[in-house]
Amino acid sequence: MKIEVDENTVKKVAFLARLKLSDEEIRKYAEDLKSILESFHTLQQVNVDDVDPSFQPVPIKNVTRDDEERESIPQEVALSNTSNKEDGYFKGPKIIEK
Amino acid sequence: MAEKCKSVREFVSEVKAENIDPLDILEKAVKECEKANQDHEAFITLRGSEDTIRDAEQIFSGSWKNLEVPFLPLTVKDNICTEGVRTTAGSKILENYVPFFDATAVRLLKNEGAIVIGKTATDEFGFGTFCTNCAFCTPKNPHDPKRVCGGSSGGAACITALATFPHVALAESTGGSISCPSSFCGVVGFTPTYGVVSRYGLIDYANSLDKIGLMGKSVDDVAFVFPLIAKKDPKDSTSVGLENRKNAIPKPSIKNMKFAIPTECLDAIKDEKVLNVFYKFVSELESEGAKIMRVSLPLIAEALAAYYIIATAEASTNLAKFCGMRYGYSENPEGKHFDEYFSEIRSKAFGEEAKRRILLGTFARMAGYRDAFYLRAMKVRTLVIKSFKKILKDADFILYPTMPVRPPEIQSVRDMKPSEIYAMDVLTVPPNLAGLPHISIPAGNADNLPVGVQIIGDHFDDMKVLKASNEIEKMFSEDIVIRI
Repeated sequence: MKIEVDENTVKKVAFLARLKLSDEEIRKYAEDLKSILESFHTLQQVNVDDVDPSFQPVPIKNVTRDDEERESIPQEVALSNTSNKEDGYFKGPKIIEK
Repeated sequence: MAEKCKSVREFVSEVKAENIDPLDILEKAVKECEKANQDHEAFITLRGSEDTIRDAEQIFSGSWKNLEVPFLPLTVKDNICTEGVRTTAGSKILENYVPFFDATAVRLLKNEGAIVIGKTATDEFGFGTFCTNCAFCTPKNPHDPKRVCGGSSGGAACITALATFPHVALAESTGGSISCPSSFCGVVGFTPTYGVVSRYGLIDYANSLDKIGLMGKSVDDVAFVFPLIAKKDPKDSTSVGLENRKNAIPKPSIKNMKFAIPTECLDAIKDEKVLNVFYKFVSELESEGAKIMRVSLPLIAEALAAYYIIATAEASTNLAKFCGMRYGYSENPEGKHFDEYFSEIRSKAFGEEAKRRILLGTFARMAGYRDAFYLRAMKVRTLVIKSFKKILKDADFILYPTMPVRPPEIQSVRDMKPSEIYAMDVLTVPPNLAGLPHISIPAGNADNLPVGVQIIGDHFDDMKVLKASNEIEKMFSEDIVIRI
């Protein structure tokens, strides 16, 4: 498949990734992504018909624990790494507009 | 030149026999680490003598002679969480993050008496081949301070090379972050089979690729400590441990041991002096009776591409959690729309390479591209695993130089294009993509710069890799390791 990467692609991807980039950064990353993806073109030439994907390198079974009540970390400990807190809760930006 | 450094094994037995005072060793370790930090920028955080001596006193108050590694100085790569000790993953976005828990690997070693001296420098979130992408420092190669240590576990390799005290380093590899700096700094670096060491408490880069491992001055140091962390952990759903695996290997002997050398890997080497050291190493192995086979490992260029797609795709989702809430860099969110607030925080606190990888990974997962990149990369991984397994049916190990070059100068790395830097991982990526256990050991040096070789084994043959490497290490006299 033909892959086009230009400044508009980078703008779109940056929005999806919640990155606010300067015009200079957009220009530079468009160039980088283009040359990186070009150097990876061999990936598109491998015959992968009838090949199963390996989502992990070794077979792994899912592990679950018993659904039992157990001790959790205290609230103040959970909040210890931020200054954005109020009344025992994390304080974040507004999600719902008035 | 200081007196010969004791091995971890000797240290433990002499401490238990009360022939040496562990507090003296601890004091020496703290001093040397402080110096390594000043001269070589090996650390992001150092704990200092007060905290470490307090730990030692606590160990003394218990039945410490029953522990496996009492008072052993331990350094921890800074993307591995340590309770009460700042853990930044080399990123400004976690500059002030202090975990309230230990990673399982750290906890297991502390339970056996190890003492954390400091947190070693890393490329931001492990994103780098040379350890030049750390937000706080750039570790300098102990053999030539103008040159890089290699990445991303650069600080770990740096202090391992410099230390004249008994020590192991907890490091981590996603695509070569243990092998590369080990080769560049002339130390031993072991990357276990994927899942054998718990990833709980590791600040993840790419979940299907990350492995916590060890560095040491000798294979024996690593082999002595490794079983203590190779344990199944209910806190990590992908943890498999190494217990109940058939690891009873008859006394290994280099005679008749079969090493496969892939032609493609030698063709990828740019530096003739690396090849010269390698050929000399191979001929020594042969003279000890080892069998050398030339084989083909196809798809190494494709493996590199598949690796970067998988790694960045997973990284871009993992890094979504850093948004200026709960922990990490933050500002006052009041009056800001959440999209605006999150984007501003991330743009200010992520470094240049982190942004590049987030963009690449997000692109590879985007509607319309997912099958062509992400899914295709996962299928290529299947093919790479198959070609390794095919070779390992006939051979005990796969062997080739760890890096295509010797450590470059810091300034020349700054002038390289990202795609040129990524291409430097071509030899370390294949075993990492396949999740195979592998070790980098010093093979010699050229113009006073170390050259490492990589020995790769089959899944869960971790102890076999370590035991064989131990035999090889004994075979070579100490003169292949450059004295600093």
